[in-house]
Amino acid sequence: MSHQPTGARRTYVTVYIALVLLTVCTVLVSYVNLGMMNVVVALLIASVKASLVALIFMNLKSEDRLVWGFALVPIAFLALIMLGTLVDTVLR
Amino acid sequence: MSTPPSGHTDPRIALEAAKLGLWTFLATEVLLFGALFTAYTVFRVKYPALFQSEHLKLNRSLGTLNTIVLISSSLAVALGVDAIRRGKARLLEKYYAVTVLLGAVFLCVKYIEWTEEFHHGLYPGTNIFFSLYFMMTGVHGLHVILGMGVLSYVVVLSRRGRFSGSYHTPVEIAGLYWHFVDLVWIYLLPLLYLIG
Amino acid sequence: MERVAGESGNGRGYLEERGWRSWAYTLDHKRIGVMYLYTTIVFFFIGGIFALLLRLELLSPQAKYFSDHTYNVFFTLHGAMMIFLFIIPAIPSGLGNFFIPMHIGARDVAFPRINLASYWVFAAGFLVVIASLVSPMDTGWTFYTPYSAKTGAAVATLSLGIFLIGMSSILTGLNFIVTIHKLRAPGMTWHRLPLFIWGMYATSIIQVVATPVVGVTFLLLAMERLLGVAFFDPAKGGDPVLFQHFFWFYSHPVVYVMILPAMGIISEVIPVFSRKPIFGYKAIAYSSLAIAFLGFLVWGHHMFTSGMSPLANEIFSFLTFFVAVPTAVKVFNWIATLYKGSITFESPMLYALTFIFLFAVGGLTGPFLGALATDVQLHDTYFVVAHFHYTMMGGTVMGFFAGLHYWFPKMTGKMLNERIARIAWALVFIGFNVTFFTMFITGVKGMPRRYAEYLPRFQVENVISTVGSAILAVGIAVMFWNFLQGLRKGPAAPGNPWRALSLEWQTPSPPITENFPEIPVVTDWPYAYGKPEGPAT
Repeated sequence: MSHQPTGARRTYVTVYIALVLLTVCTVLVSYVNLGMMNVVVALLIASVKASLVALIFMNLKSEDRLVWGFALVPIAFLALIMLGTLVDTVLR
Repeated sequence: MSTPPSGHTDPRIALEAAKLGLWTFLATEVLLFGALFTAYTVFRVKYPALFQSEHLKLNRSLGTLNTIVLISSSLAVALGVDAIRRGKARLLEKYYAVTVLLGAVFLCVKYIEWTEEFHHGLYPGTNIFFSLYFMMTGVHGLHVILGMGVLSYVVVLSRRGRFSGSYHTPVEIAGLYWHFVDLVWIYLLPLLYLIG
Repeated sequence: MERVAGESGNGRGYLEERGWRSWAYTLDHKRIGVMYLYTTIVFFFIGGIFALLLRLELLSPQAKYFSDHTYNVFFTLHGAMMIFLFIIPAIPSGLGNFFIPMHIGARDVAFPRINLASYWVFAAGFLVVIASLVSPMDTGWTFYTPYSAKTGAAVATLSLGIFLIGMSSILTGLNFIVTIHKLRAPGMTWHRLPLFIWGMYATSIIQVVATPVVGVTFLLLAMERLLGVAFFDPAKGGDPVLFQHFFWFYSHPVVYVMILPAMGIISEVIPVFSRKPIFGYKAIAYSSLAIAFLGFLVWGHHMFTSGMSPLANEIFSFLTFFVAVPTAVKVFNWIATLYKGSITFESPMLYALTFIFLFAVGGLTGPFLGALATDVQLHDTYFVVAHFHYTMMGGTVMGFFAGLHYWFPKMTGKMLNERIARIAWALVFIGFNVTFFTMFITGVKGMPRRYAEYLPRFQVENVISTVGSAILAVGIAVMFWNFLQGLRKGPAAPGNPWRALSLEWQTPSPPITENFPEIPVVTDWPYAYGKPEGPAT
């Protein structure tokens, strides 16, 4: 079984605090009018949070290349369905 | 004569297989929610003003509270997995029970939100924004319920003495699933509640 | 730890244990495969009966025997049953379940209990689909909105049924992916895998990625009917074409779910009956992955006339032509395998050769539909119907028949009557072409699909086509009668009647529950035919 150093608990709590802070961040930013950038910033913050959950909580950081492939490939397909649909709907 | 172990009896392969299986399942979930996110994108691009005005009718505070609830539940899961890695089954059970509890809190808050919205005459069929809102939070909510069931079952198995420091695959697998449920909500919050 | 059937087995044949419980609760991938085969074949027959009813109606230009609504129900059920209840599950969940572990030298799939669950979820799905027949669907198997949101049929029920069937498909694909990655026998490197495995691997990726999208689509359709959800409803700002995007994002890749396993079977059969190694192993292996990937890029080619943006039309049309390339790679490699081979024409080989010919015809008629200008003329005509029947039936179903004849001795321990098999093949071949070739002609002449009535100038071809369908039906009946006879009183089959090299043939017929008394150690690829140290040619 993978050896978990005792620093693991501390890491988890640190990541937790970061996630809470980022949540507060994203809520506060939504009150500032940045026009188009609001969506971008919101998604950026969400992606940072998601990455923390995936890399640390879900242990992706210490997994092998195969697992990384399984994690990333579906995101590529998601981008594909979005792109293909939007090429139609946006430009009609 | 010694034969190579079949994959099913070699615990290392069994754990790797279980993890791969779970990530494959999460791949299907990415596409499942992904289709809904695609619909969201299509309609948000089409009706920006509608999304701006309608989303204000959502309860931002409750949405944010629910986000904190889920993030906390993910921490509980991570600490639970850490506990069983150190062989502490009872501690695992406590953490996972907390997770299930937090899941229940999430669902209660959602229930309050939805009834509030129904009270104001906002239904899935009201307009495209609320169709998206109810469908996305609804499908997500179903996954929360499923996750609670899976985690509870893991607690039951643990109480029967099934897990140890060297074997606790179902604990890890259930944990991964729950983190994914949290992950989806991390995107739902800004897209539904914090539009502008 | 996963329980595996026969982990502590005692060398008994997998069919020995009796009683319905030994089937209903089995964890043996071979039994699960057999259950899927029986089930999907039943739906093949039911779907076929609907087809014959359609052909009966189409003998005359007017709607003579059935009302328009009944005709609509018939073609909807023919399509939906054939696609969801037969052609998608048959090779993967039937033959794939049986042979994937054997091909890679494993005792079972990675998750035997999930495998069993996948069958029962499938069963729940088809029971729900059958329940929906109290108010049967009449929208065509494509269920387009807005009509599917408004028709009086039991849409929500049917949607649930298809959702469950999709879940079964996902569980199967998930199982196969992990199995192929993690349970290969020692020495079984990726480049020593049978090409059937490469085909099944690519298929499983498609199943896992594409099926969830159609699942959500049906969920949203049901929600539109039950809760008035607005996604596809133009009155509320929704977009009916969005339904088509989601539907075809799955339904185009799913045709590669149908064809890739069949191509895998062809890659197994051709070398055995030419006594030659497969030509271009790596090209065929990687072309399977290429087909799976490219198949995801082209779904809009089903929607050229739906009102998509011109740019979307152009991009999807452009990308569509690329899918032909890896497919052609396979065809050329099979032909190169045959070249200077020592060819014999046992029934599996007859069907494999038929596959190459008919699938090539079907495939070559694809570009006419992929090109924007000609598609405007041909869309929703019988040209399309002919195209997909040549590829799906002339392709996948012939491949399925090849697999059934090839693996019959291994699965049942009995040999088939070759003479009857060849007679059936001849009837199937002739019947198929007479039925479907005429449709290319009527399609180009302008006969639209999904109509009970047609202009009198199309009648001659339609009568010919119906005659063809009768011949085809007889051929199929003879083939399955032959299977039944073989099961009941066929002579005992040796372990390796075809003198093939893949691992399943190095076991008794039928195999023991645990597949192998010891996990084999692999030292060569399974196509070393014609070598001095290989089997006698």
